[in-house]
Amino acid sequence: MSRPPLLLLLLSLPLTGQAASAAELLTRYQQEASQEQSGFAPSAERGQAFYRHRFGVHPQMHSCMACHTEEPTKPGRHVITGKAIAPLAPTAHAERFSDPAKVEKWFRRNCTEVVGRLCSAAEKADFIAFLLSKGG
Amino acid sequence: MRSWWIALALVPVVGWAATAPQADEAALYREECGSCHLAFPAGFLTAAEWQRVLDRLDRHYGSDASLEETKRQTLLAYVRRTASNGAEELPGARNPAEPLPRLTHKPWFIHEHRKVAAFQQHPEVRTLVNCAACHTRAAEGSFREREIVLPGGRRWED
Repeated sequence: MSRPPLLLLLLSLPLTGQAASAAELLTRYQQEASQEQSGFAPSAERGQAFYRHRFGVHPQMHSCMACHTEEPTKPGRHVITGKAIAPLAPTAHAERFSDPAKVEKWFRRNCTEVVGRLCSAAEKADFIAFLLSKGG
Repeated sequence: MRSWWIALALVPVVGWAATAPQADEAALYREECGSCHLAFPAGFLTAAEWQRVLDRLDRHYGSDASLEETKRQTLLAYVRRTASNGAEELPGARNPAEPLPRLTHKPWFIHEHRKVAAFQQHPEVRTLVNCAACHTRAAEGSFREREIVLPGGRRWED
């Protein structure tokens, strides 16, 4: 049995509260990625693999997990400063992904430091798809 | 006579309008400078030390914290207004060739934390500039001894 594209699944969710903003952002990145890669569909599995990948670029920030922990529904901690970080998953912290400018700022900063380059629209879409799949 | 009452009624309005930009500056400071570490009370550094920090956001203690110029200018105005008066400025603070100022090099900071240096090894602390690890009201700018709770829940007793 084939699985429906994740996007269709997400669009079937009630669009209420902040989850709607994350879903809207996901759609935006998916559309952007489709321009570079026709037929692109976001993948939560790819997003999870990306989230857990140890890029080895920064001595302390080895991966997203270095600060956001293995479980993005749990609070994180900045690996250098020790400061507490609210959970990354919108299901655990409603305001996540609600401000597109803020999202872009943190993708720019964190991808540069952790991945060593800017993240592509496809990677951002997969990333949000993964976080949205972490049900609360 | 009535004009006096109107003028009086306008005082709080004008007062509010005059302080609104200052409130915006403070809010911007907390938002932009409080994501990765506590938004340190601006009085912890002198104006000259703040100028160094804000001129080198691209090399911010190992990270790139660069900001749009309009925001950087707002933050400069804020720290100039709220910085300390310079009595304990670090030597070399005004020399661009010197490393950026560090709280952990400030004599007053070293003195206040002389008995707790070992806590830097604690996984919830990691560094002495993780103020909120022990200073329960650090986010409100308060660092009183009676508010300190060490990792593990023990109150500070000197």
